[in-house]
Amino acid sequence: MSLNLGVLSIQGDVNENILSIKAAIDALDIDGTVTSVRTPDEISKVDGLVIPGGESTTIGQLSLFNGALKILKEKIEQGMPVLGICAGMILLSKTVKDKVVGKIDQPLLNILDIKLERNSFGRQRESFESDISLNSIGIPTFNGVFIRAPSISDVGSDVEILSKFNGKIIAVKKNNVIGVAFHPELTSDISLHKYFVNLTNTLKN
Amino acid sequence: MLPLSGERINAKGIISEKLDSVDTLRGSSTLKRGFAHMQKNGVVMDVTNVEQALIAQEAGAVSVMVLDKLPSEVRKAGGVARTASIKIIEEIMDSVTIPVMAKCRIGHVSEALVLQETDVDMIDESEVLTPADELRHIWKWDFTTPVVNGARSLAEALRRVEEGASMIRTKGEPGTGNVAEAITHIKKVNDELRTIKSIYDSGDNQDLVRIAREFKVSYDIVEQTAKLGRLPVVNFAAGGITTPADAAYLMSLGCDGIFVGSGIFNADDAQERANAIVLATTFWNESDKVKEAQKMIDERQSIHGLDVKTLELRMQDRGGLA
Repeated sequence: MSLNLGVLSIQGDVNENILSIKAAIDALDIDGTVTSVRTPDEISKVDGLVIPGGESTTIGQLSLFNGALKILKEKIEQGMPVLGICAGMILLSKTVKDKVVGKIDQPLLNILDIKLERNSFGRQRESFESDISLNSIGIPTFNGVFIRAPSISDVGSDVEILSKFNGKIIAVKKNNVIGVAFHPELTSDISLHKYFVNLTNTLKN
Repeated sequence: MLPLSGERINAKGIISEKLDSVDTLRGSSTLKRGFAHMQKNGVVMDVTNVEQALIAQEAGAVSVMVLDKLPSEVRKAGGVARTASIKIIEEIMDSVTIPVMAKCRIGHVSEALVLQETDVDMIDESEVLTPADELRHIWKWDFTTPVVNGARSLAEALRRVEEGASMIRTKGEPGTGNVAEAITHIKKVNDELRTIKSIYDSGDNQDLVRIAREFKVSYDIVEQTAKLGRLPVVNFAAGGITTPADAAYLMSLGCDGIFVGSGIFNADDAQERANAIVLATTFWNESDKVKEAQKMIDERQSIHGLDVKTLELRMQDRGGLA
């Protein structure tokens, strides 16, 4: 049966993720499609979902408003694979604080037991690119594009650390859930999207 | 992958350094244009103080833009409009978690450097302020912080991209409460994109050379834009947006997002209007939700607005020759 992938289309970098997932499906030669999804009905039909980068407060508030947040939580808890990128990883977390403002109250999916700090590397002028590695999922080098990126200081016992940068955790995995602080969709390297499409395909079959 | 057309890889604004002995790069086109990509489908709201910035964040704005006066107040006050007080910008940066942008005068390199040093997330080289240089815009490749510029046509947009703009917005006519000019500008850009795309598809390179000369830009940027069929950077609507329906219509014309200036915080129902414009921008193609958003505002509370034909000051013409 054809694989049905989605990119959450509330706000943010939706189109670039659609292009990366498309390229990954083609490269893997898998029978699958990718669409942008926003309504609870659209979300209910996908086998795997990318939550893209953007502003986490905006995406959180609006997906609470249209009911997307509720069905997302249900589906992810039932095992739907999800790739949370930057703002997407923030939404997956249990608690967040901001580097400058401190404690903040924003709608979250409350899925990953991680201690997350927003804007952890500083403001936009401090945004950076650097080589990172995701060895445990078979990606030895990857161009990490960090834009006002979050980082994780601590993880629960059920969360696997995929990568660190200068001591800060920048990629995590818990079964079907992956969170990364950087933006693979802004690079031409599709290896992380390929890993995610493969994971979705394996879990479906 | 995002389009990097026109990118200058040896730009002064790109900083290569070691962070705890790891090689890193800051200020690259990927990072600057990428920042603008994270704003897509969102609303950037003009604010003049912390209270307004917090209302904007609460409403779901993707960024706030700090000014000394809102555009309609700039019109009323007359005189010279300059960049906002740094203390106020810093207070706002310490209060919200969303990005903070600020405006500088067209061509005023030092105002832009001050804003970069303040660590704002994006600089708007804006016609709302009094231009400092009518002949030249800022050479934005020298900046690590990304810069957004206004444009009324594809030629203006591509000139700004070649100077290093990481994002484009329509100029519209700021501070009027009148969305007509923003609509005109985005339609013009879209028409011109369609034209160059069809020329590119026909293989008539000579005609693209003619257009590059007419636009006063390089052949390469015309060819790459024609191939893409869209601007190589994110393109927002700005200038005169007042109601949720204004925002939804501009999104339907293919804008990547919305800037709202005077429309929110000069209205008497700012909080509801901020919420409503965010909803209409996100759900622009779901008419029931746009209606719901429009119902949240009271037309009697909208800013009164100005007829563009009778204006003494046309902000959109500022910096238009360069």
